[in-house]
Formats: sequence, C-alpha cells, structure tokens
Amino acid sequence: MKTLRILILGATSAMAEATARLYAVEGAAIALAGRDPTRLATIAADLSARGARATSILARDLAEMEGIEAAFDGVVADLGGIDHVLLFYGVLGDQAEAERDLSEARKILDIDFTSAALWSLAAAKHLEAQGSGALVVVGSVAGDRGRQSNYVYGAAKAGLGVLVQGIAHRFALKRRKSLHAVLVKPGFVDTPMTDGLKKGGALWATPEQVAAIIRKAAAGSGPIVYAPWFWRFILLIIRLVPAPIFHKTRL
Amino acid sequence: MSGFISTDRRQSWGRVTRPTQKVAKPHFPDEVPPLVGEAVRGSTPLLAVGLMRSYGDSNLNPGGAVVDMTALDRIHAFDPRSGVLRADAGLSLDALIRTTLPHRLFPAVVPGTRFVTLGGAVGNDVHGKNHHRSGSFGNHVRKLGLRRSDGSLHELGPDDSTGLFAATIGGLGLTGLVEWVELELTRIDGSSIDGETVPFHSLEEFFALSDESIASHEFTVSWIDCTRVEGTAMRGLFSRGNWSRDPARLPHPAKPKAGIPIEFPSFALNPLSLRLFNDLYFRLGRWRAGRSLTHYAPFFFPLDSIMNWNRLYGRPGMYQYQCVVPPTDSLPVIAELLQTIAASGEGSFLAVLKTFGDRASPGMLSFPREGTTLALDFRNRGTETLALMARLDEIVLAAGGRLYPAKDGRMSARLFQNGYPRLAEFTPHVDPHFSSAFWRRVAP
Repeated sequence: MKTLRILILGATSAMAEATARLYAVEGAAIALAGRDPTRLATIAADLSARGARATSILARDLAEMEGIEAAFDGVVADLGGIDHVLLFYGVLGDQAEAERDLSEARKILDIDFTSAALWSLAAAKHLEAQGSGALVVVGSVAGDRGRQSNYVYGAAKAGLGVLVQGIAHRFALKRRKSLHAVLVKPGFVDTPMTDGLKKGGALWATPEQVAAIIRKAAAGSGPIVYAPWFWRFILLIIRLVPAPIFHKTRL
Repeated sequence: MSGFISTDRRQSWGRVTRPTQKVAKPHFPDEVPPLVGEAVRGSTPLLAVGLMRSYGDSNLNPGGAVVDMTALDRIHAFDPRSGVLRADAGLSLDALIRTTLPHRLFPAVVPGTRFVTLGGAVGNDVHGKNHHRSGSFGNHVRKLGLRRSDGSLHELGPDDSTGLFAATIGGLGLTGLVEWVELELTRIDGSSIDGETVPFHSLEEFFALSDESIASHEFTVSWIDCTRVEGTAMRGLFSRGNWSRDPARLPHPAKPKAGIPIEFPSFALNPLSLRLFNDLYFRLGRWRAGRSLTHYAPFFFPLDSIMNWNRLYGRPGMYQYQCVVPPTDSLPVIAELLQTIAASGEGSFLAVLKTFGDRASPGMLSFPREGTTLALDFRNRGTETLALMARLDEIVLAAGGRLYPAKDGRMSARLFQNGYPRLAEFTPHVDPHFSSAFWRRVAP
C-alpha cells in the first residue's frame, strides 16, 4: 500500500492526536504542526512507535499569518507531496471577555477564522494543483447558530465552515474523485478544551470516537460531517427554533 | 491546561464508596510537576491513579487529590528487535498489546483485565496465570521514572541501591508519581493459546493438577464452585495453557461493546441465582472440557468483553477478597476458607484458585508469594458481608497469609502489617505528600 503523507495543523490537540494515531497504525508519514516543540516531539515519538513510517515537526504559532505559504511549501517538499491536510487548532476563548475587550475578540477571530482560512487556502492551492488529496477542517456545531454564550467563537467557526464549503465546491468542479474538502463539526468532546464543563452523558464523545469519524471523512465523504452524526439533527432543531422562543433560553 | 477540579464522580471498581476528591487530568508530561507543586503548596495528599480497576480504596484519596494519568499514554520508544518498550505510565495494556502484538511481542505478565495502566500494573505489582513461571509484573520492569513531591525525578531500575525501586514496585503509588515505565516484553509465535480444561472434584485433585502442570504449562488457573463445598470435595475447572506455536496472528479483540448499561437491582443476586449460575458454569465447562485453541483475549481477559460488569452488583457495589496462603498448609487453609464461605450462603460468580511459584518479586509490598491464592467477589450487603470477610481474615492471619491491597477495601491494619513483613523497610520510602484511603487505614 502507498504511504499516505499527512499534515496535521494543531497536532497537540487531543482530537488531532487521536486521529494521528489512526494514521500511524496505517504506516503514514506524518508532519505535526503546532507551537510547542517539546510536546510535538513527545507525540512524534509515540506515533513512530505505533507504526508511522516517518514523522516531522513544524514548530510555529499557526495563528501567525506571515509566511503560511512558505511554511506549507516546506512541509510539502519535506514529505514529497501531500495527501491529507487536517486542521484541528482553535481556541474557545472567553465570550464575556471578548465583549468587554475587543483584543480578546480579535484573538479568537484571528486564530479560529483568519489564520485557519489562510492555511485552508494554502492547502487547497496545493491539493488542486496536485489534482488529488483531502482537506479536513474541524469546525464546530457552535457555528450553526449564534448563541449568547459563545457567538464570537461560533462566528469564527461559521465563517471557516463557509470557506471550506466553498473549497469543497471548487474541488467538485474539478471532477476528480480523489480531491475533496470536508468540514467536520464535533459536538461535545471530552478534551482539555472543555475541561471547565460538566462532562459525561450520552451527548459526550471521546476524542477517539471523533477521530474515527475524521479519518473516515478524510477518505472521502460529503462536505459537511457532524461528529457524531446525531448532532446534525440536534442542530437542525436548534436552527429551527424561532427567535422569540430561542431568545428566552440561556443556551 | 487543567488544574484540579473537586468532584465525587470517581469510584473504584467495587463501587462501595463515592468519596469527594480533587481530580486533575494532565495531557502532557510538562503539566505534571506543576500539579504536584500545587498539591504540595496546598498540603493536599496526592495520589496518581489510572483506569480504576482496583476494587477497594487503594486508588481513592478522599479529601485529597488524585492525578488521572490516563491521558499520559504515549510510547517513548519501542524496539521490536530487543523487545523493550518505554511508555508513559498512563498507557493501558490494551493499547500496548495493539502496538506490540504485530511484532510478536506480548507483556510477560498480564492480570485478568487489559484495561490497566502501566503505572497501575507497577503500583500493584500485578500477577497473572503464569506466576509459577514468570513471577509478577515487577520482574519485567527494566526501569521507571518516579516523580517525588520535592520535584525530583528518579530513574530507577533493579540495580537501585537506595530501595526506592523495590518500594515502588507494588508500592501502591505511595512512593511518588510513576511517570514512565520501561518493560521487557516476551516473544510469542502467534496470538492464540493452546489450552486445556480439566474438571476436578476435590481440592486434592486441584493440587495434584497444579503440581503436574507447573512443568508442562506456562499458564494455569482454576475456577471453583464455591456454593457447593463439603470438606475438601468441590467442583472446579482447571484450565492450563501455553502460547501456541501456530504463527497465525489473530485480530485484536474489539473494544467492549456489550455492556451492563444499568446497575442491576440488588435482589437479582441471591444465594439461589448464584447457585444456579455456578451450576451452569460448571456444566458448560465440563461439556467443553478438553484441549482447544483459544484467542489470547478471552483466555487472559475473560471479563473484558463485558463493559462495566461491576454494575451487576447493583448500587451497593461489591467487595473482592483475594488472599494468598503459604504452601505448607495450603490445602487445609483453603478448605477452611471455602467451607466458611459456603456455610455463609454467600458466594461468588467467579471464585478463582491458583498456586503461585517461588519466584520472588523485587517489590517490598508485592502481593504474590509462594503458596495458593484464592479470589472471590461478594456483593456488598453491609455488616453481614463485612462479618464474613472478618471471619476469613482470621483464617488467613492464623495461616500467615496476606490479602491483596488492589482488591481490598476494608482489611484491618493488623492483618496488613502481619501479612507484609517488609513493611518497616517500605515505610521510609513513602513520599510525605502522597497518600490514599487504603494507606491511611493500614499504615503502621
């Protein structure tokens, strides 16, 4: 079997790591991008032990918007081409703080939307030129309807979602089966990002469960995948609730 | 990322108590020292815990803090040629086997569940069906990294002269926080067990089968029907096996899907249903007796396919009772224990009997010692159950035996101190900021 070449943006997230392990077992070559070189090295060693054919590290602040294309080219040259680009990074941020302090709002928007959009566009350019590959971007169900508790984060994820949808459309017109873009929208996942929340119950998924969905989405699927699937219906209902009623809730 | 959160959502496998404690779940090794520091500054007793398969209170720290190690599950290095693997203490044996089995390597010693962490396997110095051949888990640890509350990190191996390694193997997490473990794996040909089941009808027969199998079989264990015991007459199934030479590599076991979704009502388990279950189990075993090729998973980890089987015991939970008694009087002592249990009308689904060999573990507080071990579970019926176990304690104490802390939730300090002669040697190695509910009860 051909060795898959993978770039993981935001490789230290729990979901990213669980997904990377699935690729490692398949013997993929994996480039890990993120801020903390020590943490990345820890993950790289683990992936190698689990079967990854090669691992490399791109230590940089992914929200840094200068030099994204050059960095992307570097990874592609390193791996000798690229098959899957997976984007995981993002911050939940503090909604109340973002309302008081615009610099907090900007930070959330810059990380979750602007920089993520630039990485997605850089990836799309390469994959399109190559004529094959998958771009998988992790969005959020929070992007489906603005809610008072996290709408800055939600707006960034919604914007990113539209961008990926557009890339999926652009790829579709190329009529190549092996070229596609997917937005994965997880619901509640038990990761450090959600440590402040009360966890447990039927709606909560583990990073491993979501990773399996992401891995499948990368192999080819529709442009929007809810993880797990039932969130599609939960969000459908949430979107359909009329504003006068919705506005009475504290969601 | 994550500091300590106060919660009562963590129970041990026996589910008898639900204490409130602080919990933190670090995802990267660099988060550990700050957590230890936070506990020290707050004078909060600390304990590292894994997948919570210990039954009683050795993995609980009420009023204190526990560090959940399960997200620290990365392999540092694995060399299929030498068969040496080093990994974070939070790696489960399940994940380890998935990585090493394709290279025909397997842990030298595995307990009855694969959902234990390396740290837990070290802290309890777990044993398996091959104790008579391979000793305990600690016999195969080449090195480990131990974080003490003063911030120091100790790399310890069997050559350690300070005693800290020997104290940490089987040390119930009391000597500090085990960050990583380096293991020597064992080479296998394929992934199945060439096994055999032999029904027996008395303790004498059990011991004869044990003696005869030590040389011929790497793995031995027996199930007994503890609801029907008369003198030394009883029914049991002796199972023994060796790694198959057949090089076929079987698929890994699926993650458990069939689970016990809810707590069973307490009345579901009663002396009658227990007798019926044991009867059925024996008849089924006798019917299937003989030689067969078995996948390693059901052979080593029979209960792992049923998630949350501990919920069978309902809301009050259950106690495990596992003792080992010296070889000299094994037969009469085991007979007396079983008669006491049978007379009480209580009983157990899975009463397990095995003889331990004479291979000494490096651990000061390691449970296995030469002799015979008996393990049973009892539904928690409050004082009656405690009284029964207290009667068993007296028999074990008189015989010079000991109980297994990983399975215990109530033994007296006297029984613990009598059972573990190296306790005085161990105590100075306890980290001053580490503790557990178990330790506070039994410490000298």
